[in-house]
Amino acid sequence: MTTRRDFVATTALAAGALALGRPRDAAAHTRLLPHVQPRMDAPTRDLLMLALDTAKRGGASYADVRIQRVQRSAVATRERQVLDVIDSDTIGCGIRALVDGCWGFAATPRLTNEGIQRAASEAVATAKANRIARDRPVELAPNPSHPDATWSSGFTIDPFTISVEEKTSLAIAANVAALSVPGVRFVNTSLQFVKEERNYANSEGSVIAQTLVRTYTPMSITAVSADRSEFAVRDAVVQPTGRGWESVLENNLPVNAKKWAEEAAEKLTAKSVEPGRYDLILHPSNLGLTLHESVAHPTELDRAYGYEANYAGTSFVAPPDKVLGTLKFGSPMMNIYGDRSQPGGCASIGYDDDGVKPEQFDIIKDGVVVDYQTTREQAMWLDWWYKKRGMPTRSHGCSYADSWSSVQFQRMPNVSIKPGAKDLGWNDLIAATDRGIAIQGRGSYSIDQQRFNGQFGGALFHEVRGGKIVGQLKDVAYQFRTTDFWAALDMLGGQKSYELYATFSDGKGQPGQANAVTHGCVPTRHKQINVINTGRKA
Amino acid sequence: MSIILDPRAPRSLFADEDVVISRADAQRVIESVVKLSKADAVQCVIRSSRTRNVRFAANQLSTAGVVEDTTLVVMSYIGKKHSAVTTNDLSPESVERTVRKAEAIARLSPDDPEMLPLLGPQTLREASAAWDEETATLAAGIVTAAANTALAPARRPGSTLNVAGFLVTGADAIAIGNSAGHFAYHRGTNANYTLTVRTADGTGSGWSGEDAVAWKSLNFAAVSAQAIDKANSSRNPVAIEPGRYTVILEPQAVGDLVGLMPRYLNARSADEGRSPFAKAGGGNKLGETIVGSMVNLTSDPFDPMVLTQPFDGEGMPLTKQSWITNGVLSTMLIPRAWAVRRNLTPTGNPNNIMLGGGSTTREQMIASTQRGVLVTRLWYLRETDPRTMSYTGLTRDGTFLIENGKITKSIKNMRFNESPLFLLNNVEALGPVRRTASEGPGTQIMPLLKAKDFNFTSLSDAV
Repeated sequence: MTTRRDFVATTALAAGALALGRPRDAAAHTRLLPHVQPRMDAPTRDLLMLALDTAKRGGASYADVRIQRVQRSAVATRERQVLDVIDSDTIGCGIRALVDGCWGFAATPRLTNEGIQRAASEAVATAKANRIARDRPVELAPNPSHPDATWSSGFTIDPFTISVEEKTSLAIAANVAALSVPGVRFVNTSLQFVKEERNYANSEGSVIAQTLVRTYTPMSITAVSADRSEFAVRDAVVQPTGRGWESVLENNLPVNAKKWAEEAAEKLTAKSVEPGRYDLILHPSNLGLTLHESVAHPTELDRAYGYEANYAGTSFVAPPDKVLGTLKFGSPMMNIYGDRSQPGGCASIGYDDDGVKPEQFDIIKDGVVVDYQTTREQAMWLDWWYKKRGMPTRSHGCSYADSWSSVQFQRMPNVSIKPGAKDLGWNDLIAATDRGIAIQGRGSYSIDQQRFNGQFGGALFHEVRGGKIVGQLKDVAYQFRTTDFWAALDMLGGQKSYELYATFSDGKGQPGQANAVTHGCVPTRHKQINVINTGRKA
Repeated sequence: MSIILDPRAPRSLFADEDVVISRADAQRVIESVVKLSKADAVQCVIRSSRTRNVRFAANQLSTAGVVEDTTLVVMSYIGKKHSAVTTNDLSPESVERTVRKAEAIARLSPDDPEMLPLLGPQTLREASAAWDEETATLAAGIVTAAANTALAPARRPGSTLNVAGFLVTGADAIAIGNSAGHFAYHRGTNANYTLTVRTADGTGSGWSGEDAVAWKSLNFAAVSAQAIDKANSSRNPVAIEPGRYTVILEPQAVGDLVGLMPRYLNARSADEGRSPFAKAGGGNKLGETIVGSMVNLTSDPFDPMVLTQPFDGEGMPLTKQSWITNGVLSTMLIPRAWAVRRNLTPTGNPNNIMLGGGSTTREQMIASTQRGVLVTRLWYLRETDPRTMSYTGLTRDGTFLIENGKITKSIKNMRFNESPLFLLNNVEALGPVRRTASEGPGTQIMPLLKAKDFNFTSLSDAV
């Protein structure tokens, strides 16, 4: 990419014509061309270099700069009508300067030489002002430079080439299919797409251009009882993804909507759960969020050191020198890894916002905590641990800023559970369970600021008796102490049952930033977990 | 920002005399859009902001920055079709491109049978006291120095405190205008300071915060003193059996739960049978007693404690609304589209929420409590049942047991499963109100509140 003006003058006009007017069949061939990230154009590179040069001349020992463009497109529908067709485009520059061991950051939408110089000077001035409050100077872990790197996420159909008509007609077709089920009265479907063009350079010689897309098509179906005394919602039916329009086609909303609508209608008369202890069989679409909150958040290194104490919270996986290599997080069959290079992941990237090329790393091995999610600044804090293990002290590539206007910090990579050795699937876990509840889809979720006590709902609950599903339940939430819940893991699915769960906006930081992230999961079974009934009358 | 339509002389971004877009510049941009538009109608929203923040944790500064941006949304209306296109490039070429794109997308969109005509000229009252010039232009050094009021004592030799805090000051402007002759503009400033103090042994944590229009209104010493006191007094918490307890909720905790109520006040959801205020058999519960008789819930953009934007996202002027009056559901939120369909008067979408207070002091509330729990704030609230507005969440950063009229010990945090409706049904006393310090603009006024039978369901080891 480039400045928006150049972009529009060249590629976007063609893409725009395609998106807005070209008939479906004619468009199909063009949009299937593999997406190749072009090398960074000269004007963008010049602005990046100007920012770095200005920061260095101002006294920065290290600086990095991002010029990013983020385009968003959404259509929102309810029942047989369109609510909104929304398109947004933002472009700007964020500059981070390290002066005398202190960070300063400034961001501007003004992509002129003067605008960039001003912002770079402001970043340096802010860093200098911060010196009076410095305790320890910031140090960065070593990282090779990537002088002319490009990367693109693995989408095959760019959603920004799909016409408004195609998007709205698909959503409304899905709504109409859902409304054909008796009792179903309301349906909301929206199609949301994000495209990011990220241009990065740092004072160590990295110059990186990347493009990625993300796709999410949430659908929510509401059934209302004939006497209007009850309503029930079936949602969480599809996952966000780091892929393109091809994933929307695969989800086939107009065909699947009817099944989801039947589930909503059936929920109206579902049995309210009897509180007690149950064996839980969690589908990847439900486990993903539980793993996200109870495993992925407490293994963020900044949380472990108290950097999120005033907002997102700290972590029970702390202090690192007391827990690394010793804390039993869960059952020996629990293996958790981070990986921003995972294809299709919402947090996947070629190079992070420190210029680090990410790779897969273990976080929990055989149930024991062995590492944390890190950036270049944070990897230095674990220098002693990596030396002890004979590993290089390097970042795991978890630096991320959600916009040109946000400063990068440690954000969650795709954090996933490794499949079990046996070739088991969802139905095998149900068949092996005498008295339990099988849960699909995300529901209510809440966990304390150190991640000890979690309570999670779901979108769809089935009672399991004698290895069989006997009917739907409602008002179910499971509540646990994190390490007990993971110690109670006694069965997990094999590679064939591995699916990608994802969330589109995970919040952290002050000012708040949103991160999209994927969790690869298999179905799991957890023995004798506390289940409460969330339905109340008074 | 006066350069936005003048390509000749880009002025410096950070030294602009207008920190955010001025009324005149906003008007000029909107007029240019109306002139360029070939649609049946067009509406614009301009949002402009500049914020400065300093963040610290683990007894040292972590990040600090200054950010500014201005965005333009162009909404084009053609027949019953419409679209919205946003850009943050306000150059003349970009503005024209955005208008053309909005029109092209609108043309391809299906008809919206509920599409409303744009609002015409409105009588708007200004809220000029929402702007403080000093806050809008604060220098980096001043904010860092304020952070030092917490960092310095924590770093003193012998200190056993670990501090983490966030200071943010900002200026925002919004303008809404359209081809039907409506124009609304508002600008405001905000200063917010929140602080969490933890004890070095990891057993105590205290939180405090303030939020105001003006930087000079923030009392840094008071925030630090309160968070430090809570951290020290919450050390070594003991477990109590979860169950139904009388609670005294500090205003922040009240806001964390009661602040969730406005989203349920929508008349349409109730009339459609999918809201806690839906009536079996049809209709809604307007006019029915829904909570205790001492409860009054209102919104008012001109209340001096929470001056907020005096119009909503559509540009509808906002006035004082009484949602709950002496326990009775007295007004429901009526969106324009629903007003047209049901022949009602639209209320606009409020920007603040206020729960009325009472005359009971904190000391009186504690003294009158045989056994109860004092709560500083709540955390991670998520809906568990939309039918009853039920939520789960946890206490955080200072939870204490009251026995025989006195605070006796620090207790472990607990998870609750509770509805603001049930809480307000069980109110026993209301105390002084304050503006809460939730991150972002201060949009809540909440009282100290005592209620019976608050439903704590499990213990948490989190500090």
